[in-house]
Amino acid sequence: MATVELRFSALPEHVRTARLVAAAVARRAGVDEAVLDEVRLAVGEACSRAVGLHQSGGISEPVRVTLIEEEKQFSIEVGDEAPRSAPGDNAPGAGGDVDVEAEEDEMGLAVISGLVDDVEVTAGENGGSIRMSWPTMPPVTLLP
Amino acid sequence: MDLSLSTRTVGDRTVVEVGGEIDVYTAPKLREQLVELVNDGSFHLVVDMEGVDFLDSTGLGVLVGGLKRVRAHEGSLRLVCNQERILKIFRITGLTKVFPIHTSVDEAVAATD
Repeated sequence: MATVELRFSALPEHVRTARLVAAAVARRAGVDEAVLDEVRLAVGEACSRAVGLHQSGGISEPVRVTLIEEEKQFSIEVGDEAPRSAPGDNAPGAGGDVDVEAEEDEMGLAVISGLVDDVEVTAGENGGSIRMSWPTMPPVTLLP
Repeated sequence: MDLSLSTRTVGDRTVVEVGGEIDVYTAPKLREQLVELVNDGSFHLVVDMEGVDFLDSTGLGVLVGGLKRVRAHEGSLRLVCNQERILKIFRITGLTKVFPIHTSVDEAVAATD
């Protein structure tokens, strides 16, 4: 079940906020300190990608970040509302430098797949999502 | 935290000192800076990343764009970075093969290949 859900307007300046919130919740959930940098980077990449998809597709809906604390793992799902006719297709671009955008999109996914072992990318008519999971440590029991 | 940028000239090299976070929001400022330098005729750049706290793929894209621009003028773009968490991003994207990465500004400025 979701512990924290965040929605933000598809603007680059809000991606940092999403990174900070995700890292704070991940730390609380018991994700190892050494992995928090990776969580921060991966969620930033996923959010940057979603913001790009919303902006190039002229979508006014917010980007959705769901932080899910489970028994032995912590998951982050970043959802966008950019429709794709087929998986892997980019949203219809509103002109601009299509090559550069596609390159940056690929680089973002490359970083995510390089960082996170457990990652699932889906895309469909109603938008796409990136779901990433990390193992958590058992909560530290405080000594009396 | 925002992005800080400052430039100085050392011999025929231009050192760009970057501090703060390079992400989807701040990367355009770095891109502008690099484009401006190249337009003004600085084709040998050293980007000092020692003060960078965060770098994402948007930042990598800007650096790759900078490299393309200087290479069009037979120039060079060298990086200075010792931070493991930043270096890791260059490694997983294979960009360590694309950028010369140095441990100090002095080393980068002296390098000729």
